[in-house]
Amino acid sequence: MTDQKTPCPSGGCEASSSAGGSRRKFLGAATAAMAAALTGCGTISKEEFLQHNFKELSKDEVLSVIDRLEKEYKAKYGKEVKVANTPPIPGVIFGYALDLSRCIGCRRCVYACVKENNQSRDPQIQWIRVLQMDKEEGVNLQHADQYYNPEEVPEEGHFYMPVQCQQCKKPPCTKVCPVGATWREKDGIVVVDYNWCIGCRYCMAACPYGARHFNWGEPNLPADEVNPKTHYLGNRPRPKGVVEKCTFCIQRTRNGRYPACVEICPTGSRKFGNLLDKDSEIRYILENKRVFKFKEDLNTQPNFFYFYGV
Amino acid sequence: MRFPTLSTLALGLLILLGPAAFAGPPAANQPSEIKVDTPAQEGIQVPKPPFSEGIFPCTSCHDGKSMKPNLKRRVLTDMHTDIILNHGPASRWCLDCHDANNRDSLHLASGEKVSFTASYLLCGQCHGDKLRDWRVGVHGKRTGNWNGLKQYLLCVNCHNPHSPRFKALKPMPAPTPPEQIKARKGGAR
Ligand code: SF4
Ligand code: SF4
Repeated sequence: MTDQKTPCPSGGCEASSSAGGSRRKFLGAATAAMAAALTGCGTISKEEFLQHNFKELSKDEVLSVIDRLEKEYKAKYGKEVKVANTPPIPGVIFGYALDLSRCIGCRRCVYACVKENNQSRDPQIQWIRVLQMDKEEGVNLQHADQYYNPEEVPEEGHFYMPVQCQQCKKPPCTKVCPVGATWREKDGIVVVDYNWCIGCRYCMAACPYGARHFNWGEPNLPADEVNPKTHYLGNRPRPKGVVEKCTFCIQRTRNGRYPACVEICPTGSRKFGNLLDKDSEIRYILENKRVFKFKEDLNTQPNFFYFYGV
Repeated sequence: MRFPTLSTLALGLLILLGPAAFAGPPAANQPSEIKVDTPAQEGIQVPKPPFSEGIFPCTSCHDGKSMKPNLKRRVLTDMHTDIILNHGPASRWCLDCHDANNRDSLHLASGEKVSFTASYLLCGQCHGDKLRDWRVGVHGKRTGNWNGLKQYLLCVNCHNPHSPRFKALKPMPAPTPPEQIKARKGGAR
């Protein structure tokens, strides 16, 4: 199927769509050779190199890409990994609210997220970062510590503020991407096409929340810990050299389920729902509780809110 | 025991059918994985109350025949000595909440009996603001589907009713500082 369109990320392949079979074959082989030369290794397949931006793929192309990925994962991990392509649900924009008066900083959410979303264990990647802050200082990043490690939490005089992707309505991260490998979906989830990401890390520099993480090394994901229920734009295993981030558990939430961090939190600090549904718990919070947005002055307009439930 | 009225039953049924009825196709192809322990009441799905092993039904000992209820306020010395009551005024004791005539039941201040699966009604007598927030899903934890069937935790799943303060926890390991993270060699790209 990729031969039909002969897309060429490095540019300059216009003629090939009208080219004949043998020439096309030749071009394919040539591009594959070029792929090997450019990337400095031979493991990337011709199909992968020729794959277009996810947003531009036709239905059939998406299916064949997914088919290829599932085969690759099967070979790599020795088990069936399903890659879904579930679209946004019409009439839904996801919102999240975190109760700062309840969070005790136990980090259960961090590890539930790693497990659900197939983050690399080593080198370590964690999408949620829990900041311990001084009650006297309030939300003040100069007094935030993410490496706290006492016997028991919460510690006297402190409160805890987990930070993850805020799913901004005006995301600076997507604006700076030179290749359009990251964008905001209709349900408000900001996603990355790991096959289109070139690893320039501009988005990481642009994000004011430290929400994006880069695979500096080959991610290490033990085969028996792979979560086989994945989404193309979410928790499918990532290659080295791409950026990843929280997607509100796109593989769960687009199927109606709560995100993993909501379900694990022992204090019930994490709330999730449809911002467009006036009967949802998230709307109740926005309308009845004291709510703030993190770094509101930057006008990123997060769909992730912090509130005080007491 | 309060019997659910027809309308609450209907509401419960609606909640149970919820995801199938109006969640649309995405929810349909992934069956909900939430466990249903008890039938829904007032449209609220709760898990089994966290009884100590082998303690329920209470009437297996407190049957009202071999053991007559002793209504005198006292410190228990023969049984249930593991329970340390640290909840509200010192004068509080067992039968303020547990029902003397039917031990498998609780009762409100009014005397109205309340089942263990609806203990939130009892808690709500003093903690009305928390009950209100719990009903709308702001206080406490829900699991399941944001757009359909969900399970609420009972107050007593997180707060031991005899000593309700939320217990401190050991935190999971702190993240590795960046200078200690080594990139692994090899792999595609
Ligand atoms: S699991 Fe809940 S209480 Fe623990 S750190 Fe995360 S948000 Fe806070
Ligand atoms: S929090 Fe960062 S990564 Fe997430 S949408 Fe906003 S700018 Fe982008």
